[in-house]
Amino acid sequence: MTGAHAETGAPPRTHYLNASYGIRSWLLTTDHKRIGILYLISVTFFFAIGGLMAVLIRLELATPQGDLFQADVYNRLFTMHGIMMIFFFLIPSIPAVLGNFLIPIMVGARDLAFPRLNLFSWYLFNLGGLFTIWALVHGGVDTGWTFYTPYSTTYANTHVIATALGIFIAGFSSILTGLNFVVTIHRMRAPGLTWFRLPLFVWSLYATSLIIILGTPVLAITLLLLAAERIVHVGIFDPALGGDPLLFQHLFWFYSHPAVYIMVLPAMGVVSEIVPAFARKKIFGYRFIAYASVALAVLSFLVWGHHMFVAGMSIYAATVFSALSMLVAVPSAVKVFNWTATLYQGSVSWETPMLYALGFIGLFTMGGLTGVMLATLGIDVHVHDTYFIIAHFHYIMVGGAIMGYLGGLHYWWPKITGKLYSRFWSRISAMVIFIGFNVTFFPQFILGYLGMPRRYHAYPPEFQVLNVMSSAGATILGVGYVIPLVYFIWSMRYGRDASSNPWGVVGLEWETTSPPPTENFETTPVVTRGPYEYPHRQEDPGAR
Amino acid sequence: MFPNAPLFPERASAMAAEVDHLFFASLGIAAFFSLLIASFIVYLGTKYRRRSADEVGRPPRPESRATTVLEVTWSVVPLAILIGLFVWGARVYFAISRPPADATEFFVVGKQWMWKIQHPEGNREINELHVPIDRPIKLTMTSEDVIHSFFIPAFRIKQDVLPGRYTTLWFQADRPGTYHLFCAQYCGAEHSKMAGWVSVMEPHEYQAWLAGETGRRAPAASGADLFAAKACNTCHRPDTAARAPILAGLPGRPVRLQDGRTVIADDGYIRESILDPQARIVAGYQPIMPTFKDQLSEDDLIQLLTYIKSLRPPGDDPSPIAASAAPRASRRGARR
Amino acid sequence: MPASAPAALAHHFDSREQQREAASLGMWVFLVTEIMFFGGLFAAYVVFRSAFPGAFAAASLRLDVLLGTTNTAVLIASSLTMALAVRGAQRGRRATVVLFLVLTMVLGSVFLGIKLHEYHEKFVEHVVPGAGFRFPGPGAGHAQMFFVLYFAMTGLHALHMIVGLGVLTVMLVLAARGRVSAEYYNPIECAGLYWHFVDIVWIFLFPLLYLVGRHG
Repeated sequence: MTGAHAETGAPPRTHYLNASYGIRSWLLTTDHKRIGILYLISVTFFFAIGGLMAVLIRLELATPQGDLFQADVYNRLFTMHGIMMIFFFLIPSIPAVLGNFLIPIMVGARDLAFPRLNLFSWYLFNLGGLFTIWALVHGGVDTGWTFYTPYSTTYANTHVIATALGIFIAGFSSILTGLNFVVTIHRMRAPGLTWFRLPLFVWSLYATSLIIILGTPVLAITLLLLAAERIVHVGIFDPALGGDPLLFQHLFWFYSHPAVYIMVLPAMGVVSEIVPAFARKKIFGYRFIAYASVALAVLSFLVWGHHMFVAGMSIYAATVFSALSMLVAVPSAVKVFNWTATLYQGSVSWETPMLYALGFIGLFTMGGLTGVMLATLGIDVHVHDTYFIIAHFHYIMVGGAIMGYLGGLHYWWPKITGKLYSRFWSRISAMVIFIGFNVTFFPQFILGYLGMPRRYHAYPPEFQVLNVMSSAGATILGVGYVIPLVYFIWSMRYGRDASSNPWGVVGLEWETTSPPPTENFETTPVVTRGPYEYPHRQEDPGAR
Repeated sequence: MFPNAPLFPERASAMAAEVDHLFFASLGIAAFFSLLIASFIVYLGTKYRRRSADEVGRPPRPESRATTVLEVTWSVVPLAILIGLFVWGARVYFAISRPPADATEFFVVGKQWMWKIQHPEGNREINELHVPIDRPIKLTMTSEDVIHSFFIPAFRIKQDVLPGRYTTLWFQADRPGTYHLFCAQYCGAEHSKMAGWVSVMEPHEYQAWLAGETGRRAPAASGADLFAAKACNTCHRPDTAARAPILAGLPGRPVRLQDGRTVIADDGYIRESILDPQARIVAGYQPIMPTFKDQLSEDDLIQLLTYIKSLRPPGDDPSPIAASAAPRASRRGARR
Repeated sequence: MPASAPAALAHHFDSREQQREAASLGMWVFLVTEIMFFGGLFAAYVVFRSAFPGAFAAASLRLDVLLGTTNTAVLIASSLTMALAVRGAQRGRRATVVLFLVLTMVLGSVFLGIKLHEYHEKFVEHVVPGAGFRFPGPGAGHAQMFFVLYFAMTGLHALHMIVGLGVLTVMLVLAARGRVSAEYYNPIECAGLYWHFVDIVWIFLFPLLYLVGRHG
């Protein structure tokens, strides 16, 4: 063996993509890999809708007057943008696309614990999306994705119930995915694969699944109560009927704060795979990263009140939530330090997945530190409900989670499709996305501190320069997102065939063919080492 | 900075300066760590860049005490910084949240999609708030419909305004000028238009402005009329506490309830007692007070509240208010 | 593989043991999500009861504590019969399984029947929340809140019971067709877990709804 890993190689004769043909073989599949691809199609569709809303929002905001849309149309745009992006793109993306595909392979199993439940989960997801699209087509909803009461229970005359129902159903899809992952990771690991030999991607998705299981049902019941109040007009959340609007906020944020960790933990898991792979070096502080993932899941349930510092909550409760919110920053910081330390004495390759991973680390750090500012009570009073908040969460969700998702897609694309994509165009688009992202969202920090409130479709003229800058950035970002669509689709038809291990890295998924066979492995692997055991220099990198 | 495109908001109160200092400190920390990480990434990623296709990184030393010490250090040091920020932030927050006792009280009612402001002298404004400079001003606020939020960027303060209850905000302006007022909680179609101006004036200008507005009447005086018109005075008499508690001196005092709890008779309690009298009944009284829920607007309630708060108590009696044959007898045994 | 147990091993599992453990763990995880689902309602209950203790006590007195106690006994008995059904399955006794499944379903139906009767009574008494709600005395609005929670919590619970009866019907068919044996009784065990969970939820609901202010 020369030790030179081959990037390309002849594809296997049969694999999961050509094992059977026809629409029925896809719509009735129980193969976790095919289900991952089905989810890929669904989430891309919902992302396109949410993205279109974003384009329209930024177009409107290029001028101070609300001259492109009427106020109530604009309110429906930002509501649908938030709902589509959060519930129908960010939450499912990495778990349902990459997690579904990779977890069985990474634990050495032939499929998830409950394959039929997995397929059912996908159908539920689309059903939920259907309800929400129905609402959108019939005029949308204008409550904001946060559905605060009593506006949403009593004053909004848009399709609140249909939308809430859509989210409710999608929530069950999410719960079933989390359930499947937890059982698979507990019960279906290959012989020799102890917990501390699991790849960190698996740890991250395990922690994510814990959050999904514990948090999503609370959102479900909250949405049901919201719908009940709208229908029966009894006062649960409406003070005019004896209800409590803050109760709604507590119940809502009890899920929706941990939800942001559902969105970012999987991306962290992707980064934990890409960094050691493209430094060809064992990750620094494996156990600490694993523990930090679980710590984040636990702590995430204790901080929801930091969304309510000026909501009318007691100042003592606010103080407790602020302290806990500071605490939750520590595990994230630990991860960032460990990823960075992994580069030391590594063999760093600046391939596209690594560009996304390193971009994630930088942007997530910025987003997270602005989160610390928000946890600081004295600052939050001023910037709450302004563009500072919007900038903060977009740094985490777009600069973080979406870049993690794209990085994962670029890393595992050869495995999933058996094809290589254009190295040149993928690097270009990574840089376009990075630049476009920062030009879009950095000015929003300044706008927020200046005092521009969120959810405004008209604003004072002195805010225009920064808004125009942001809208210009959004155009660049949009272009950046379209390019991968083009070269990924192109690669499936015209790309070179990938070898089983085109990156020359270590991991169970790289020991099977690209694409893998339906049963994932010829024989069940037996694991004798940890996940990032790179051979010493001068040795054959393929040897184990 | 360009006047037409500012990058930093004006500062019109001492509190705003405190918030800004806190902000700059945390911004500095954030910038420091962001640059630190970015620099390390660029430096390490360049220094250790792959030089040949088969190159492999050097495996890290096995986990040892040294690595554990490093991990603990870079957990504890950030934690210490975070705790420091938390403490500082909490102190500023408490200062923002607690109005001084001598603050002049204004009332604000938010509704879709305007702000109604009530001066103690009787002046009323819509979407504008004229205030004298260098005086602490406390705003007691409620909403007639959905949740709004009263936001004055130049003072760095904001508070959600809720239906069915009062929330408060306070500030002391120290720079004359006109500053933005925004609604900062999405409240429906014209949320972006629910904005206005805060005008900070020198004392003589403010007096002139007050006098210039016609048709004003102190809310306490209107409240007195309402108190009589709604027949509150038939039960709430100043001479006996037989049928209903004496209201003079009540605001701010502890009250013992029927179920044994003790609450402070704050603005919210008084408002609730008018709208939902059975919710928290004072110990020893029959539930005979009717509700005025659909008969009084939020403005009416503010007038009544101001009137009740203006009543002078008979003597300075700090004991909790509870039913008794005569007012003074309540002192015995009821002291906590 | 014994001939009496035609149940197959799913292709992605390595052993019957793994399959059984996965199914059980799956059911436990699902029950955790159900606890969180009901948890939101319990949280709302705590908030409103501590705000309006008097109104809640007065409203609770309107519930028929005799029927509620009967229902509690019925459900506990049904958990016993369910446990016996699972034990029968573990021993491969088809007749036992069928008998106790039927008994469990009968008891579950009795519960639902009593619940339906109670709901009807509440409707006649005009304490169903909504336009027709009537409650004498002060604090009617807060009493209505009690009934909102009463109907929401017991309604959600009843819905879970109905689903449970559906699940037990499927189990009954499985057992009757001889698909359950000492080697493969997994579905019955998981159904049992679900049934016990529904019972436990009721054990919490009963005192919180029926026994407010009835001490002494």
